[in-house]
Amino acid sequence: MIKPIYSKGKIVAKTGNEAMAEAMRQIEPDVVAAYPITPATEIVQIFSQFVSDGIVKSEYVAVESEHSAMSAAIGASAAGARAMTGTAAQGLALMWEMLYIASGLRLPIVMAEVNRALSAPINIHGDQSDTMGARDSGWIQIYSENSQEAYDNMIQAVRIAEKCMLPAMVTTDGFIISHCMEVVETYPDKDVKKFVGQYKPQRALLNTKKPYTLGSIELQDYYFEHRWQLAEAMNKAQDVVLDVAKDFAKTFGRKYGMYEKYKMDGAEIAIVVIGSTAGTAKVVIDELRKKGIKAGMIKIRVFRPFPAAMIAKDLAKVKAVAIMDRADSCAGTFAPLYTDVAAALFAHNEGKMPKMENYVYGLGGREIAPEHITAVYDKLAKIAKGKAKPSNKVEYINLRK
Amino acid sequence: MIEIRWHGRGGQGAKTAALLFAESVLPTGKHVQAFPEYGPERMGAPVQSFNRISDKPITLHSAATSPTYVVILDPSLMNCVNVTAGLVKGGKIIVNSTFSPKEIAARLGINPKQVYVVDASHIALNTIKLNKPNTPMLGALIKVMDLDIKSILKDTKEKLTEKFRHKPQVIEGNMACIKRAYDEVVTHN
Repeated sequence: MIKPIYSKGKIVAKTGNEAMAEAMRQIEPDVVAAYPITPATEIVQIFSQFVSDGIVKSEYVAVESEHSAMSAAIGASAAGARAMTGTAAQGLALMWEMLYIASGLRLPIVMAEVNRALSAPINIHGDQSDTMGARDSGWIQIYSENSQEAYDNMIQAVRIAEKCMLPAMVTTDGFIISHCMEVVETYPDKDVKKFVGQYKPQRALLNTKKPYTLGSIELQDYYFEHRWQLAEAMNKAQDVVLDVAKDFAKTFGRKYGMYEKYKMDGAEIAIVVIGSTAGTAKVVIDELRKKGIKAGMIKIRVFRPFPAAMIAKDLAKVKAVAIMDRADSCAGTFAPLYTDVAAALFAHNEGKMPKMENYVYGLGGREIAPEHITAVYDKLAKIAKGKAKPSNKVEYINLRK
Repeated sequence: MIEIRWHGRGGQGAKTAALLFAESVLPTGKHVQAFPEYGPERMGAPVQSFNRISDKPITLHSAATSPTYVVILDPSLMNCVNVTAGLVKGGKIIVNSTFSPKEIAARLGINPKQVYVVDASHIALNTIKLNKPNTPMLGALIKVMDLDIKSILKDTKEKLTEKFRHKPQVIEGNMACIKRAYDEVVTHN
C-alpha cells in the first residue's frame, strides 16, 4: 500500500475535479452558487449531489449564468456567509466585472477554477489564458500541479482568503488534471474542518447590530485610497500564504510555498513554469541530472501575489532561464509569467540578470511532451555556454507556423 | 511504469473502464493514473482513454504513447484507428471479438501470441442486457495482466456500491461481467 503522509490520511484515486469537490464537501461552505461549464462542471455537479443527498448543509444556488454565480457569491459573502463557486474559461470571462467587485468589496470568496482556453476559436481544452486574464482583478491565484495539490490548495485557500479579506481562485489544468484520476491523500473531515475553522467575518450585512455601507460610490476623493488598500492587501498576502502553508505542513505534513523549487541547488539552467507541465518537466530534469546537466525548475504555485523578491533571489545564480507560459498576451510584448519574472529580476537584482527566454506552449490543450521540454533545456545549455543567443521575442513550442 | 490504452466508441464506457481500473489497482500499492483522450465524447465516435501504473509516484502529465496493453472495446475500430501505434515490443492487445487471436493478429500484422480475445459484447448482453463491453474488457485485462482477481473484485464492488448509490441495480451485473470475461478471455495456443 502507498503510505499516507498524514497519520490519519486516506489514499484514494481521484480526478482533479473530484478532489476539488471533496475539499468543498469537507469545507462545507454556507453557500455555493455556480453555473456548469466544461471542464469544471463535475466540481459543482458532484457538490450539488452532496447537497441533494443531505451530506452537506450548504445552500446550493443553481443560477442562470456565471455572471449571476459570482453575483450570488458576492451577495452571500457580503451577508456574512462563507461562499464558493467554480468555473472555467468563458464562465470566468462572463464573471469579469463581478470579479473586480468581489475583490473591491474585500469579500473572501473561494473559486475552484479549471484552466481552459478562451474562445475564439472555440476550444474546451487546457491552457491558462482564462485566469491569466484575471491576474489584475485583485484575486489571489493558486495553481495546482496535480489533484493532490488541487485538494490541498482548496483547503488552504479558504483560510488565506478570509485572513487577507481577498477572494481566491484555485486552479487545475483543464482535462490534463481536471479529468485525470491519480493518487490523492485525503484527510478526515473533522481535521479539515478544524484546519479551515469557522468563518467569522469582521463585518456582515446580516449583522443588523453593526450596520455598515457596502458598495458605495467613491469618486476622486476616496476611490484611490481603497484601490491602494486592495494592492496593499495583496502585497501582504504573501505572508499569509506562507503562514497558512506552515500550519498546513505542521498539521497534514505536506509542504507548500509561493513556489516549488525542483533541483535548484547548483542549477545552471532552469525553467519557470505553472501547473501540470511541471510534473512532466520533473521527469525531464531527473534525466538531465543523470547526465550531469545542472537543470532545475521553479514551479509557480501562487501567481497572485507574485513572489517577485523571492524569485529574483532564487534565479540570481542561474546562467540561463526559460519562462514557459501557457497563455499568450497577444500584445507585441511577452507573455504574462515572463513579464513578471523579468520585472522581478530587474527590480531586485540591480541589473544582474540571467539570460532569459520566453516560450508559449500548450494553447488549447496542445501536447507538451518530455521531448519538447528537453529541447528547451538543450537551448538553455547552449546559451549558458555562450554558444547561442537567447531569443528576444516569444518563441512557440510544438506549433506549425 | 507501464501504459495501457483503451479504444472504444463514445458511449461504450472506455473512460469509465480506465477510471475503474485505476481505482481497482490502487489497493495493490501501485501508483496509478487514468485519463480520457482529452475531448468531448460523442456517441459512436472513436475515443481513447489511458492508464499509467508504476511502483513510483507518477508526475508525467503528457500523453501516453507507448502502451504495453491495448484494450479494444469495439473491433470495428481496427478498420479506422491505428490501434497498434506505439505498442511496446511484446505488448498485448485484447479485443472484444468472436474472431480468433490468429485472425486478428494477421489483420494487425503482429504475433498471434500477443493477441487475446473475449466476446465482451455477448457477455454484457447476457448479464446487464446492454452492449456495454467495458466491464467485461476490464475483467479480461485483469486476467491478461495476471492481477489478483479476488481482491480486485472485492475492491471494485466497494467502489461501484459507492459510485452507483443512486443506481444499485447495475452493480451485480457488472461484477458478473468482470468475472465472466476474466474466465473466458483466450489467447493463441
